[in-house]
Amino acid sequence: MIADGAEDEEKWLAAGAAAFKQNAYYMQRAIDSNNLKDALKYSAQMLSELRTSKLSPHKYYDLYMRAFDELRKLEIFFMEETRRGCSVIELYELVQHAGNILPRLYLLCTAGSVYIKTKEAPAKEILKDLVEMCRGIQHPLRGLFLRSYLAQISRDKLPDIGSEYEGDADTVNDAVEFVLLNFTEMNKLWVRMQHQGPAREKERREKERSELRDLVGKNLHVLSQLEGVDLDMYRDTVLPRVLEQIVNCRDEIAQYYLMDCIIQVFPDEYHLQTLDVLLGACPQLQPSVDIMTVLSRLMERLSSYAALNAEVLPYFLQVEAFSKLNNAIGKVIEAQEDMPILSAVTLYSSLLKFTLHVHPDRLDYADQVLGSCIKQLSGKGKIDDIRATKELVTLLSAPLEKYNDVVTALKLTNYPLVMEFLDNETKRIMATVIIRSIMKNKTIITTAEKVEALLELIKGLINDLDEPQGLEVDEDDFEEEQNSVARLIHMLYNDDSEEMFKIISVLKNHFLTGGPKRLKFTVPPLVVSALKLIRRLPVEGDNPFGKEASVSATKIFQFLNQIIEALPNAPSPDLAFRLYLQCAEAANKCDEEPIAYEFFTQAYILYEEEISDSKAQVTALQLIIGTLQRMRVFGVENRDTLTHKATGYSAKLLKKPDQCRAVYACSHLFWLEDHDTIQDGERVLLCLKRALKIANSAQQMSGTARGSTGSVTLFIEMLNKYLYFYEKGIPQITVESVESLIQLVKNEESLTSEPSAESFFASTLRFMELKKEKGGAIGDRYEEIKL
Amino acid sequence: MNYLLGAFKPACNISVTFTDGKNRKQVPIKKDNGQTVMNPLFQSQETIAGKVCIEPYQGKKVEHNGVKVELLGQIEMYFDRGNFYDFTSLVRELDVPGEIYERKTYPFEFPSVEMPYETYNGVNVRLRYVLKVTVTRGYAGSIVEYQDFVVRNYAPLPPINNSIKMEVGIEDCLHIEFEYNKSKYHLKDVILGKIYFLLVRIKIKNMDLEIRRRESTGAGANTHVETETLAKFELMDGAPVRGESIPVRLFLTPYDLTPTHKNINNKFSVKYYLNLVLVDEEDRRYFKQQEITLYRLKEETSS
Repeated sequence: MIADGAEDEEKWLAAGAAAFKQNAYYMQRAIDSNNLKDALKYSAQMLSELRTSKLSPHKYYDLYMRAFDELRKLEIFFMEETRRGCSVIELYELVQHAGNILPRLYLLCTAGSVYIKTKEAPAKEILKDLVEMCRGIQHPLRGLFLRSYLAQISRDKLPDIGSEYEGDADTVNDAVEFVLLNFTEMNKLWVRMQHQGPAREKERREKERSELRDLVGKNLHVLSQLEGVDLDMYRDTVLPRVLEQIVNCRDEIAQYYLMDCIIQVFPDEYHLQTLDVLLGACPQLQPSVDIMTVLSRLMERLSSYAALNAEVLPYFLQVEAFSKLNNAIGKVIEAQEDMPILSAVTLYSSLLKFTLHVHPDRLDYADQVLGSCIKQLSGKGKIDDIRATKELVTLLSAPLEKYNDVVTALKLTNYPLVMEFLDNETKRIMATVIIRSIMKNKTIITTAEKVEALLELIKGLINDLDEPQGLEVDEDDFEEEQNSVARLIHMLYNDDSEEMFKIISVLKNHFLTGGPKRLKFTVPPLVVSALKLIRRLPVEGDNPFGKEASVSATKIFQFLNQIIEALPNAPSPDLAFRLYLQCAEAANKCDEEPIAYEFFTQAYILYEEEISDSKAQVTALQLIIGTLQRMRVFGVENRDTLTHKATGYSAKLLKKPDQCRAVYACSHLFWLEDHDTIQDGERVLLCLKRALKIANSAQQMSGTARGSTGSVTLFIEMLNKYLYFYEKGIPQITVESVESLIQLVKNEESLTSEPSAESFFASTLRFMELKKEKGGAIGDRYEEIKL
Repeated sequence: MNYLLGAFKPACNISVTFTDGKNRKQVPIKKDNGQTVMNPLFQSQETIAGKVCIEPYQGKKVEHNGVKVELLGQIEMYFDRGNFYDFTSLVRELDVPGEIYERKTYPFEFPSVEMPYETYNGVNVRLRYVLKVTVTRGYAGSIVEYQDFVVRNYAPLPPINNSIKMEVGIEDCLHIEFEYNKSKYHLKDVILGKIYFLLVRIKIKNMDLEIRRRESTGAGANTHVETETLAKFELMDGAPVRGESIPVRLFLTPYDLTPTHKNINNKFSVKYYLNLVLVDEEDRRYFKQQEITLYRLKEETSS
């Protein structure tokens, strides 16, 4: 059926075009022989083809364009006729003798055009007559095309300011009046199309209508091009009239298109000055009009206008552009009851973008937008429309992008409230966005208050939300998110230690209530942050102001203790263990012996109770030894206890090589280079000997158990330790012991079979050679070793 | 009569010329046979003067019982063709009985002739003015020659010329109000007006304005009415909606109109009507007819 319809249409068009061509030919012939009468006759016949009702707008346009071309020729002919002495007034009458109205009016417009050009009558009179006469065509399609022909030919003949057709005073009024009238009539016809024909063809009709819309919109374009349409004219005449027509036509398609047209066609400056009028019309539009897009575009335009012309900003304030827009949006949403949330949110999003662009300094505006948004959303619960959610995210991201500074966003009191409308998933995304913004801009957040607000915003990342079970967040994502939170912690910083302490306290409070899963990500940076703070604290008793500092290292250490304690609850003893050690070291620097001891104790307890994996134990032990070695703060007693424990642990490791290595590492605990009290050569030797023993038995064990000789590497390592202490000049480490160890390694038959061990040994020897060559006191000591 | 004359050789050639014949305006008149000829134009109260020239054919003499010229105003009804009713008849005797041997010219004059009616060529009736020259002869039959002329009478601008305004309609279907700027139009006038749609419940396809001529002849039971549509002028294309107002501008020039004639000598009347026709999509016609008066206004042109 449809195919047939299209085919028929083709046929009709072809037939119409053929008849058209024929008459055009005769018309041309009449023109060539200067026969006015025949020219009129054939042109009227030719134009009769436009009377068809069978063509769709698209095809009709085809025909119309042909007519347009032909009428151009006719117009030139008319012009020549008047030069030859034919009275243009008579000509104007003559064309009206045609019996059929459509050809008559096309001819009338053409003759009218000539009439204006001869200036025998004021342009305004002729235009007025033409636009009135065109009322005779009430058929929408034909009327639209006729009137668009009228608009076309009159375009360069409007009595505009500066135009050669400009008449007496107030002549622009006439030009405007004419265009407005034509516009109004065209719009009426266009709207009428909607209501003609059967309902089942509604869709097709709407498509056809949208094909025709530019014919109507063209008038607005013409208006905008008029020199004489200045702001006053626009405000007092053009806009009210156009809006009146738009509102009154009560047609969805027309209202949407024309509103958009106004916004696009007229200068921004005009929009700015007539905002209340323009916006006032919005709530009066049909509920189904996509006002959201219209207003968004308006705001977009205004903001780019403001962006490009900084000098117009005062006007924005003067006309209270923002509050007008805000009010208008509120009214529109009220007026359109079943407007989807998406649209409402988009509107606010646009408004926010607008105010951010235009009034970046008016944070209260942005906050107002958010407030209004909340008002609209309240009572609707969480948003479940995906697109609306997305839009809300855009809305929330806007201030961040604009200010590049989350601190500003934190001042928006309504900001977190808006976030409440997001579902948990999106909240998390939003939080990530916020954090990313902070990281990108390296924003430092300096007060506890702001930190508190920020944490409120990114709650989604910090707290376990009451998420329905089973909806597990992807592990990787989770990690990613938490890592970003960790990074964020470093951006919270204040030079003032008091404030800084407040900040970390706030963080602690939030993190500790945020569920155990997150702790392993959040605690370490917090600890580091706290430790940094400690380092900055003035040394006690060295307070130049003599007042009691409210933040003491002790306090912070207590604080640290609390947060690390939280960690073992989470399955991350390893982490807690390391942190304890780190804290202990910090305490060491602060000369806080009891505290350091306490931390060590905690670390030891963890080691004993929680770290059971042998590999982990090895690492942990190395850490203990390393840390302990550097501790200066301990008294002899405490130190003894701790080192004793450490060596004890070392000997209890599972694997012999591990044991060996741990034990010889322990040797360092007894010899501190620059520390007179901790230089116990005896015990160093003891450790080393013990390690050697273990190495021996390790080798034997592997020999018996695997049938091969064990690694010689351990011995080479031992040798290196010996050399180290020998070099330090510990009397207990003798040349002999070193020499015998070298001998031992050399005798080891497995040495050659292991390339790595062999090269290790070779480089050790080379090292010794090097030392010898260097000479000096150390060189002398090496000189004594005989290879 | 011609065939009677044809039996004999015409004895003479009679011609009539008007005094100002060269300068007088000529207007076309459609003759019975469909040909158009140009005839001089007069109006009432004009003096009709000229010369009658009688020229016997070579070597012949015309013997007569007198020569006269008559000015006749005649009405001819087509159902009674050939039978003329003279409403005006003036006679001038040109010659006493005698003989004409050679070309002889007789001046004549009808001063200030009352010619109240206009020349009219209708469907069923004709009104004509003619100069009839009769060379009366006894036995051979008189020689008669006719010379038509046209009379047009000009009316002054009517002192009262109200517009025609009316609201018409079909209940709950169509209500319109139309207005024509005058009720009396001269023949070169232009009808201006507007059609205002008060209620439209039918799907109108187009709207035309027709000019119709109603010619009634005879009287009483024999009255014969003939209506012609002289103009069909499309006013509107497409279906209007309530509140639309459609302009009317119809130039009368292109149409072949005459003034309204009211009861001409009790023989006939010619009336004109404006007929507003609305056609709906099922081609049903809705119309309203309004009489207008046409009159002839003195033209300013000199020729």
